[in-house]
Amino acid sequence: MLKAENIQYQIGKKQILKDINAVFYPGRVAVILGPNGSGKSSFLKIACGETNDFTGTVFYDNSNSKNLKKDQLAKSRAVMSQQTELNFPLLVSEVVMMGRYPHFAFNPGHRDIAVCEEIMDRMDLQAFKDRNYLTLSGGEKQRVQFARVLAQIWETPASGSRYLFLDEPIASLDIHYQHQFLQTTKMLAAENIVVIAVLHDINLAMHYADDIIFMKEGGIVKKGAPADIITADLIQEVFNIPVKIVGYDGADKPVVVYHYPS
Amino acid sequence: MLRNNKFFFPALLVLLVIILLCAIAFGAVAILPADMFSALQHFFKGQPPANIYEAVFLQLRLPRVLLCAITGAILAVSGVLMQGLFRNPIVEPGLVGTSSGAALGASIVFVLAGQLSPELKSMTGPLLVPVMAFLGALLATYTVYALAKNAKRISIMSLLLIGIAINALCLSGTGFMSYIARDPQARSITFWNLGTFSGASWPQVFILMAVALVIFIAVQRYSKELNALLLGEEEASYLGVDTNKMKRRVMLLNTGMVSIATAFAGVISFMGLIVPHLLRLLIGSDNKRLLPAAMITGAMLLTLADMCARLLLAPAEVPIGIITSLVGAPVFIILLKKFNVLQQKGGYNA
Repeated sequence: MLKAENIQYQIGKKQILKDINAVFYPGRVAVILGPNGSGKSSFLKIACGETNDFTGTVFYDNSNSKNLKKDQLAKSRAVMSQQTELNFPLLVSEVVMMGRYPHFAFNPGHRDIAVCEEIMDRMDLQAFKDRNYLTLSGGEKQRVQFARVLAQIWETPASGSRYLFLDEPIASLDIHYQHQFLQTTKMLAAENIVVIAVLHDINLAMHYADDIIFMKEGGIVKKGAPADIITADLIQEVFNIPVKIVGYDGADKPVVVYHYPS
Repeated sequence: MLRNNKFFFPALLVLLVIILLCAIAFGAVAILPADMFSALQHFFKGQPPANIYEAVFLQLRLPRVLLCAITGAILAVSGVLMQGLFRNPIVEPGLVGTSSGAALGASIVFVLAGQLSPELKSMTGPLLVPVMAFLGALLATYTVYALAKNAKRISIMSLLLIGIAINALCLSGTGFMSYIARDPQARSITFWNLGTFSGASWPQVFILMAVALVIFIAVQRYSKELNALLLGEEEASYLGVDTNKMKRRVMLLNTGMVSIATAFAGVISFMGLIVPHLLRLLIGSDNKRLLPAAMITGAMLLTLADMCARLLLAPAEVPIGIITSLVGAPVFIILLKKFNVLQQKGGYNA
């Protein structure tokens, strides 16, 4: 379980986050939605332990995140960024193995190698295994990075939950892999992982999220299960664009349709 | 790709031994294997060398080749470390002020020490140049480092930019020293800036060997963290690496060994740039393999360069920096073009 209590964060005089309170449970995918500059990414950075320059407290189970050591945290918490800048020639399998770095001292053990193999199977990466990472397309690179991130928290730790943070991870993927990515995420969440994702696509969020948090101007506007909270008015309030929510044939989930200004 | 070839390292080592033996054998005076053998025998029995060949071997050739090999290893490993730290394949050890600081320190000694007091010069003797070069290198690198640090983070970009500024400052200092120098002093500065191993001695070999051994073992322990850093600072920290602490330590180890090597041999350009590039193309970027490979290859190539420096115009000597740049620059360009690195998507050279 991850609990954020009274999180406040400012850069210079600008208040980025104003008193955020939220609880995230293992087994659920939580998606944060909000316009640019609403504080989503800042919140993610604080929640994942990247920065300690904030007031308030983040609890990983019962430990204050400010007291956790980086190398300890890295064994049960992984973060997927929007883009990873890797400009050196490395094999795909070497990049995936980097995810196991928090788990071994100098040479990877049998278990580490087995985990990487399993993940590359699961992510359709076996064919890429011996390719130079630099020769891959943007989407392929992103899949390799996801495999690396998964390798980091693949195994259940002796105690406590696992945590997966995703910061707009699917922007560079085609629609097929966007779905595959989120399906994998959902499946992982079911294995008792706390998943917190920042997404831009409201429809994907509605489809895959167990909980949605709407943020605007550094505060939480509304949070809850998508079916309970999403209304056309709420989306218009947060994103400032008129929308209609419609059902479609044979689908059990509604979709948001935008009224584009003409 | 040779990255998983298990013969790569043994082959590299055999090649290194062959090159070392050739470098010992060939020179203004050729030394036969029999002389090497008997010289070692006499040495271990505590007897003086039996003839001039044995003496040349023990007192000149052997320390020179060893000093050169260790220096080559240090410069190449330093190139790997710097490129990894800066996540930029065009970085070399000179970039953060180490070489230019050393050059300034040395040129101050060449020009001013004799003028201020001849006693000072004769008292400190041959030690003064390396000591001042070492101090200059440390001071310049520390200045770059201290200025680049803001708040808590050490930004790579500001480190590069401030490095350029401090390099310019040191160069202008060295330039001024050459300007006010008398002719022989100015020549000393020029030669020192091109590097030479002609003054190699056993104490230098032992000091450098001890430093290199300790530091190589230490940095090898950082190979995993250096790999993680290739993904970016944030990604590395998500993988549990304390990036600031790691950067500080690797910089310190790196500056230490490059300063001492430069203090003994002068400025030798291109080794730190070309060896890591060559090896990345051959065995990839995993620092766990790259660091030891750079060590051996650096030793090999610089020994070859020094052998050329001694043989090309024998009995005169060409400064080794001329050889390394003359060969290094075109080879570097060919490597880049041939392997299409410049056009690679995502920019190997970004």
